[in-house]
Amino acid sequence: MSSSPFPVQLLKNHRREAGMLALLFVLIIWTTIKTIEPGVDGLFGSKFLTLDNFKNVSRTIGIFGIFSIGVGIVIITSGIDLSIGSLMALLGILFFYGLTGSSDLVPEMSWPLAVLMTLTLGLAIGLLHGWLVGKLKLQAFVVTLCGLLSYRGIARFISHDSTVGSADAVQDISYIKMLCTGSVGDLLQGKDGSGILYSLPMSLVYLAIISVVMMVVLHRSVFGRYLYASGRNELATKYSGINTGLVIATAYAISGLFAATAAIPYAIYTSSVSPSTHGAFFELYAIAGAVLGGCSLRGGEGSILGILIGTTILIVLQNMVNLLGYESSLSDAITGGVIFFGVLGDQVGIKGVQQLFRKITGKGATAVGDGD
Amino acid sequence: MKGISKAFPGVRALADVHLEIAKGEVLALIGENGAGKSTLVKILGGVHQPDSGIIDIDGKRVTIDSVTAADRHGIGFVHQELNILDNLDVAGNVFLGREPRKFGLINRRQIYADTQPYLEMLGLDVDPSTPLHMLSIGQQQMVEIAKALSKDARIIIMDEPTSSLTLKETESLLRVIKGLKERGIAIIYISHRLGEVKECCDRVVALRDGENAGGLAKEDITHDAMVSLMVGRDLGDFYRHEECRVGQEAYFQVKDLVTSMYPGKKISFDVGAGEILGFAGLVGAGRSEMAQAVFGVDRALAGKLVLDGSEIPLNSTRSVIRNGIFLAPEDRKSSGIILDFSIQHNISLASLDAFSTFGLIRHEAERAAADEQINALNVKAPSADSIVGNLSGGNQQKVVLGKWLAMSPKVLIFDEPTRGIDVGAKREIYNLMDALAKKGVAIIVISSDMEEVLGISDRIAVMHEGAIAGMLSKEQFSEEAVMHLAVGGKATAA
Repeated sequence: MSSSPFPVQLLKNHRREAGMLALLFVLIIWTTIKTIEPGVDGLFGSKFLTLDNFKNVSRTIGIFGIFSIGVGIVIITSGIDLSIGSLMALLGILFFYGLTGSSDLVPEMSWPLAVLMTLTLGLAIGLLHGWLVGKLKLQAFVVTLCGLLSYRGIARFISHDSTVGSADAVQDISYIKMLCTGSVGDLLQGKDGSGILYSLPMSLVYLAIISVVMMVVLHRSVFGRYLYASGRNELATKYSGINTGLVIATAYAISGLFAATAAIPYAIYTSSVSPSTHGAFFELYAIAGAVLGGCSLRGGEGSILGILIGTTILIVLQNMVNLLGYESSLSDAITGGVIFFGVLGDQVGIKGVQQLFRKITGKGATAVGDGD
Repeated sequence: MKGISKAFPGVRALADVHLEIAKGEVLALIGENGAGKSTLVKILGGVHQPDSGIIDIDGKRVTIDSVTAADRHGIGFVHQELNILDNLDVAGNVFLGREPRKFGLINRRQIYADTQPYLEMLGLDVDPSTPLHMLSIGQQQMVEIAKALSKDARIIIMDEPTSSLTLKETESLLRVIKGLKERGIAIIYISHRLGEVKECCDRVVALRDGENAGGLAKEDITHDAMVSLMVGRDLGDFYRHEECRVGQEAYFQVKDLVTSMYPGKKISFDVGAGEILGFAGLVGAGRSEMAQAVFGVDRALAGKLVLDGSEIPLNSTRSVIRNGIFLAPEDRKSSGIILDFSIQHNISLASLDAFSTFGLIRHEAERAAADEQINALNVKAPSADSIVGNLSGGNQQKVVLGKWLAMSPKVLIFDEPTRGIDVGAKREIYNLMDALAKKGVAIIVISSDMEEVLGISDRIAVMHEGAIAGMLSKEQFSEEAVMHLAVGGKATAA
């Protein structure tokens, strides 16, 4: 009856997202202030707010965001996808083989065909996971753990455990390079300009497009509702006449497709894929980003916006560690700590703080004005 | 317990409630859902703390501020949803947390020997080393009682102990209660099944809206007296369905259905439009399995479904639903609703296609459909956005029904429709069945509540071990006739 004003309602419905957005702002402001140095060309003289750094950070956000959304959707169905990093290594190698023709395994092909092949392979592997989890009811953790091990293994085997690069491509790959690692400015106004458009990496554009599409799919479409329903209570969803196996399988297919979508710009960006380390731990960053952004591993919870915020926090954190000159080996420890306290703060929340306060101030003797 | 009050945020659960119980007394605590029964016994069991009020045991003032404290004061709790670990054995459950030890390891011989006398006391004929998952629900419940006894409980609280028991198991539970009573143990018995209350309780205390609503002494306990205490108004006729089938064509037919639970048995029956067909039988007779096989959520091995002359493919929930055949399942919380979803999202889940264009949901249409069902079914909730998990059992069941009524049903299968539901909501559901039947919907009601199945049905199919043992027409209705068939007696005893 007494509906709160719209912004309050929005905050109530997206408490987790709002909290994480606040955390992100604090992080950005903190990093900005800490990186102010005399003579730096950035906003407020901060190394963090230079155009170059922005481009760097947002390119990484673009790539990580794409596969994190895929993993997030799987998590919403109360599943998990651990195969992302290994899959990206395998697909990266196959993509480069297609571009260069340097292996007998994959014939040389034009770059659009190579892109198509990579996306199709990602989708197919995702479908395989989906069939195993959704139809055969194998445990997602086990299925994708096997994927994590075997795709990495296959990648190392077919490359004889040596680095595969794009350098020896015979065909002209400058256009696909530009599409992957270039900027909006490069695309629209030609090479070698400067300005804000040249600092807007293409990967961020892809992420934006995918985000908008997936927002509609997840939050507006029938299929999206089925995803949440299957994640929360598969049995009741099945009893409502919905083919939950198919819904769940589709989530894994999307995850595989997005992993492939991210694998292409990431491979081009690194320009060489070393099979044993390329994309290592990416699956865990994806899970971390999704969970930080409000996806519950119990399933049925999470939003695209949350996943985007969670991913951004992770990338900005790593950037901060770099800029502040901490040992880069410390970066994962810091990331882990922030995720832990972020999730803890969200779980314990205002209530926990209140209780703590009450305990300190007077053993619950203080009257709690509970109004009506 | 004197002057117990308890408030939860926004709700006053109990106001100045009194409760007394003597040694060896069986006290029935009755009331509609939300009347405060559970809160009251949870306070006694140390789960909640009262805002005010006192508790005396044996003339001594006690504070029960935790479940451990309740244990110490000899208060045992047998929960509605059993609190057992089904991966442990009987003895492991009885002595959970108090295992006799030897060198830091569980002393197996000792624990089995210690468990045996409690099992004998309860007449439970199983070995203490049997894993719990091999026992029936009734036997598991006995293990819980054994656990309470092993802690020297003087007061045992039983919250809806029979809600998932078969008739036979209920009978043996009532026998055990008599035995406990003779040992001087006081029992607080919460149940919606008034028949049982009448049979086994010495006194009745009713709660209504968190207050004492009066009590009944043994000789005054009648069904009507209890109902009017609970609801504070006269309910009129409880079951109001008038037979409206008589001589009608079979509308929905199930032919030679074979379920995977009883692969050797075939089930055939038909229901007329406007008829209410009851399914009675013991738990495990295969009634729910039959319903799930018809609905296509459990695999049927063979059989034929015919609705209004045309055949419907077997084992496809989607096409069964598309043809207007719906199931309100037995286990509401796990298969009927999504507890964390709002009322609106639960109601629309099966019919989203009707509220969408090009796969995108039209939220206004969805909202309107949900509001319509909420009003029609009198769901008590602040709005369509309320989370279903926060509603009472009766309102949750209404949401399940709302999901199907939003799609114009032709055949509606109710599996244990009123389990754990208070009297007021029960009556609303019976009225709804009657109204649907009048509109020509064929209704199948599976129920273990004898009173219910006799009261509401036009005909009763009694199942025994996977097959229909007999079909009773209205003039043949009696508890004895149903029981006779349910335990495997021959039909139409000549």
